[in-house]
Amino acid sequence: MATAFSTAKFSTQPFPLNPTSTTSHDSSIVFARPTSQFLGSTRKFRLTSSSKFNLSRRSKTVVAVSDVVKQKKSKSSPSLLITKEEGLDLYEDMVLGRAFEDMCAQMYYRGKMFGFVHLYNGQEAVSTGFIKLLKQQDSVVSTYRDHVHALSKGVPARAVMSELFGKTTGCCRGQGGSMHMFSREHNLLGGFAFIGEGIPVATGAAFTSKYKREVLKEADCDHVTLAFFGDGTCNNGQFFECLNMAALWKLPIVFVVENNLWAIGMSHLRATSDPHIYKKGPAFGMPGIHVDGMDVLKVREVAKEAIGRARRGEGPTLVECETYRFRGHSLADPDELRDPAEKARYAARDPITALKKYLIENSLASEAELKTIEKKIDEVVEDAVEFADESPVPSRSQLLENVFADPKGFGIGPDGRYRCEDPKFTEGTAHV
Amino acid sequence: MLATASQRILGQSFQNIRPAVSVLRSYSSAAKQITVRDALNSALDEEMSADPKVFLMGEEVGEYQGAYKITKGLLEKYGPERVLDTPITEAGFTGIGVGAAYYGLKPVVEFMTFNFSMQAIDHIINSAAKSNYMSAGQISVPIVFRGPNGAAAGVGAQHSQCYASWYASCPGLKVLSPYNSEDARGLLKAAIRDPDPVVFLENELLYGESFSVSDEVLDSSFCLPIGKAKIEREGKDVTITAFSKMVGYALKAAEMLEKDGIYAEVINLRSIRPLDRSTINASVRKTNRLITVEEGFPQHGVGAEICASVVEESFAYLDAPVERIAGADVPMPYAANLERLAVPQIEDIVRAAKRACYRSVPLAATA
Repeated sequence: MATAFSTAKFSTQPFPLNPTSTTSHDSSIVFARPTSQFLGSTRKFRLTSSSKFNLSRRSKTVVAVSDVVKQKKSKSSPSLLITKEEGLDLYEDMVLGRAFEDMCAQMYYRGKMFGFVHLYNGQEAVSTGFIKLLKQQDSVVSTYRDHVHALSKGVPARAVMSELFGKTTGCCRGQGGSMHMFSREHNLLGGFAFIGEGIPVATGAAFTSKYKREVLKEADCDHVTLAFFGDGTCNNGQFFECLNMAALWKLPIVFVVENNLWAIGMSHLRATSDPHIYKKGPAFGMPGIHVDGMDVLKVREVAKEAIGRARRGEGPTLVECETYRFRGHSLADPDELRDPAEKARYAARDPITALKKYLIENSLASEAELKTIEKKIDEVVEDAVEFADESPVPSRSQLLENVFADPKGFGIGPDGRYRCEDPKFTEGTAHV
Repeated sequence: MLATASQRILGQSFQNIRPAVSVLRSYSSAAKQITVRDALNSALDEEMSADPKVFLMGEEVGEYQGAYKITKGLLEKYGPERVLDTPITEAGFTGIGVGAAYYGLKPVVEFMTFNFSMQAIDHIINSAAKSNYMSAGQISVPIVFRGPNGAAAGVGAQHSQCYASWYASCPGLKVLSPYNSEDARGLLKAAIRDPDPVVFLENELLYGESFSVSDEVLDSSFCLPIGKAKIEREGKDVTITAFSKMVGYALKAAEMLEKDGIYAEVINLRSIRPLDRSTINASVRKTNRLITVEEGFPQHGVGAEICASVVEESFAYLDAPVERIAGADVPMPYAANLERLAVPQIEDIVRAAKRACYRSVPLAATA
């Protein structure tokens, strides 16, 4: 079954200088975006409109959230993208992400949190749009900007907050910190401080999924991996190495680029020879999509297709989400280099306000329901802070624990004897 | 006599050398000879056969049968899904191996030489070694990184560095370095079964050497403990510690010293991290003198750590300063005579032992 993500359609489109023109092969794109000086906001949504593309029937509705309202009046019966439950679920997740990050900032300035803290404000649509479509066994690999990925994946807010406070009740017992969130239960594989480091690890997790299906014959293993990383990472060698190998071995992975246009203080345009990141996918034999990352519904539609592709065994996809971080790179970043006008433009496209508007105007939810959700999240976050505050710090003996999986770290098993002396050590023997 | 001995030894890098003394002393009488290469190959074969989660990954490990033929025959036996030829992307495929290990597969990642591991060292240290700690025990990484380490013959500066001390300084890694076929088989099997990341440092010049092994070693359940050194030769006058190729040199030096009435105890470290401090210290307490031998650069090397350990724990037992023999403090030269000067030779070990024992011969700079 061919999907729309045929590789040829994306890379050749030249960058449209006149933002009001529709692109030639996208008959599905129906509106002109408001103009902007910046690269990201003038790009069109580039899904192809091939007839086999199962999204083409709905592509007319995959537009900026704010424009659905205008469109609605001209159509007789628009099909909505989400049900009420899904809408409330998405809203709650995004509000949780935002409230949590705002609380982190407060706690940091009060001295309860320390070190490097990188906040995700403004990018919630990407995390929610993608991660809410995953199963528990699917895995997510992230960077240092990982609090909201952890929350979306299901790690309790209490555990994340405690980890940030450095308490022993944190998801990594206080040993990881803000940049190293791991959860075996929720299949969150970090949390990596070095950019680009998580991409090969995510590719390995996808490799395992394929290996389990083909070599270990676990027929129903269709786990997908999502790798989140930024625009700066797309200039790093490991990114290209993994695009190559993922496409070569057709691994079930989606590479999600959170292009917020800035790598600390380095503008994406100053750092990259060809700033269209989605074009780099087809160079390696996989589809490259660009999507408006400030719109959770659009992200969700693209995510459905990309994740579905991976689950069916058709290989990787590169998705570039144009998004923006409202705060600085980290809480230590004075954020002086970004133009306030740019920030204002993106603040107007706040994903939470946009979804709220969509839900209310499509009568999926009332103001009161949304207010209830916000109140509930406030309580969750307050509770998380209280829990973290009251939790104990790690005991001194915890310093030396967990260096090795081996309890004594010497090839010695839990019963105190050398592992190799245990007769059950070799399960199954081979004849050479 | 010394000159001809050294010429004979150097000239036979790629031929079978029989260390006659160690055969009689160290192994049981059922003597089957296997090369280190065959020992490694059989260990990989048995472990892959026993556990379907074990797979190999590296450059030229499949169709080329292995850059040094260590993985010969494994592609035919296990298929391309378990023996993966990778593109030349150390950082990428090492990271892929680590990610697979996070999920319980057991990758054996081969570096064509450990010099190339520098391109992937971020993954070895940051995403493999530190993960169990950062995740508080949730994510263990049962991965093995193996390949030849140290100087080969005439390969120049960028292909000759020894990485034992670099990796051994990092908590969260286990670092092993085998000498003979028994070590190679036993330690590689232990490494593959171990739930933690293991750096397995082989030596290219030892691949072709044959050693006698007992039937016990050839059994598929054979494995050696990680963290225990082996006393290859017992003695009472001076302790010589070494690993990998230098063990062979130390044994030959011990033979030569015996003729001069000095009985050296040779310890094959086997495990650089964790270092078997108790065996080393017990030996030093017996002999009162220590010589550490390694091929790598001297500053911050394995010998430095052993010396510090002995000084901390057995200072009162030392009768002479610890002698540290290491490679020359220069990038490896290419010219054959310079290369010989840059790597420890048997005479250096003998001279150091005599210095440690008599202290009347003036100290000469190590070659």
